[in-house]
Amino acid sequence: MTGQSAGPGRGRRARRASFYCALFLVLVVFIFPFFWMAFNSFKTHEKILEYPPAFVFTPTLDNFKNVLVQSHAVQYTWNSVLIAFGSLGVGMVLGLPAAYGIARYGHRTLALGILVCRMIPGISFLVPWFIVFRALGLLDTYTGLVIAHLVITVPLITWIMIGFFEEVPVELEEAARIDGCSRAGVFLRIALPLVRPGLVSAGILALIFTWNSFLFPLILAGVKTKTLPVLVYSFMTFDYLDLGGVYAASTLVTLPVIVMVLLVQRQFIRGLTLGGVKG
Amino acid sequence: MASGKAEIREKPKEPAPPAIGLSSWVDRHISWFFVLPAVLFLGAVLAFPVVYTGGLSLFRWSGAAATPPAWVGLGNYADVFAGDPGFRNAIWVTAYFTGVSLLIEVSLGVGLAQLLNREFLGKGIARTLLILPVAGTPVALALIWRHMYNPSNGIFTWFAEVLRLPPQRWLADATTVIPSLILFDVWQWTPLIMLITLAGLVSLPADIYEAAQIDGASPWQAFWRITLPLVRPTVVAAAMLRFMDSVKTFDQIYVSTQGGPGIASQTLNLYVFDQAFQYLHFGYASSLLVVLFFVILAGNVVLASVRRGRA
Repeated sequence: MTGQSAGPGRGRRARRASFYCALFLVLVVFIFPFFWMAFNSFKTHEKILEYPPAFVFTPTLDNFKNVLVQSHAVQYTWNSVLIAFGSLGVGMVLGLPAAYGIARYGHRTLALGILVCRMIPGISFLVPWFIVFRALGLLDTYTGLVIAHLVITVPLITWIMIGFFEEVPVELEEAARIDGCSRAGVFLRIALPLVRPGLVSAGILALIFTWNSFLFPLILAGVKTKTLPVLVYSFMTFDYLDLGGVYAASTLVTLPVIVMVLLVQRQFIRGLTLGGVKG
Repeated sequence: MASGKAEIREKPKEPAPPAIGLSSWVDRHISWFFVLPAVLFLGAVLAFPVVYTGGLSLFRWSGAAATPPAWVGLGNYADVFAGDPGFRNAIWVTAYFTGVSLLIEVSLGVGLAQLLNREFLGKGIARTLLILPVAGTPVALALIWRHMYNPSNGIFTWFAEVLRLPPQRWLADATTVIPSLILFDVWQWTPLIMLITLAGLVSLPADIYEAAQIDGASPWQAFWRITLPLVRPTVVAAAMLRFMDSVKTFDQIYVSTQGGPGIASQTLNLYVFDQAFQYLHFGYASSLLVVLFFVILAGNVVLASVRRGRA
């Protein structure tokens, strides 16, 4: 009340300035590790070890060269891409009809079952899978790894897409039915094209989660099918012998994810928050 | 007109589909065809391991094909609860890590959502930048954090020196390793809680706040008496989601400490991993998994009752 006599304009400006200061501080805190990751990947191993940390140095691309040439990173990137898109594709084929079935025909117990899938720790599949995969010869194969990651993508895609299918107006589908479209046709020709934004949300999340996955390939992949996160982790075995490699490999594995998020940030955030609000 | 005629012609067909055969039978039971592939797949890939784990938990087995599992009944469970020090340590570490990080993430996330719930320049960019920790590859982030925490040349050690704090050994010391991991977890996951809360805040009706302002409520009162009760279901949903994932945290801890120093940061999840893939105690690991599953279930029941109670 007393502050108002000093002029509301000045008070508002001060409040706005302090808001932007707070915002800036928050952003710095959350972005700093990413900045530091990229920053250090241009330093030599010796430069990274310097204390106090060096802020001025001659940047070098050697770390990236080493990672790409010496560690077969290209092969592992290809493995990661193949497994991510494989589990995305099969995940869509299984998850989309299921989401539609739940949204339109109300299989609520199934919806609950899918939530329970999220609760089970990945490690609890790993012991039985490891034993069965070994018996079936699925260890260190793309098929085995895609099957494993479907456990992430199918529940994820289904869970996100239920909400999107529920938003499709039933009248449109009924009209198509009257025009002689089968129920399967309604799903394919009416519902699916209408939920395209949802497909982007679910797809991007599925891709990122599979790309980031570490535990499954750590146990189920071998020399042939090792993925990027496992490779990045293997730089740790040399621990402090090649910190440049650690930073460069980390940057390389994170970069595609950041690019994807920046490209479709709206859909990414929509997918993330939808999972939460519906939980 | 044409479509109207078609509609009329179509109608009498409806009551007589049995004659048409397979395709119409499929059409009538279509809802099952939609969900069945996913159900069968998840059943095979999920239910089987769950049943298998439950069964294996009653045996002692090293995973070797030559020596078949030996039946021990509830012996593994007896071992778990009779005072396996590794298990007791893991329960404590998991509760400490999950409990404290969840508490901080929820309060900080709601606070940040409150801060960002207004119109300002660069809102979209701020939101996108804040979400990056959630999307980043956990293994890579953990490697970076691990080195930032390095006691001899990490940047955090330098920060502590600049701020004139007592020297810290971060992940290398049994007393500070979990707080350090919590800080990492808070950094990574607070944005998720914030975004979900923000989505809930945006949907709140503005007229309540106008009414509260007219009645002389301070912003602080408005937050505690109006905002918080209204977004509570959303916040609790976010907390449940976070709890489920937090208990399962593997990559970050495995990469940055591998449960160390000693077993100071060995969560239940890492303990199971060690028992199974380090020591090949597959039977014992299975019984731990069953316990872990019930821990997660119990936590969710508690959170769900928080959501329903008083809401």
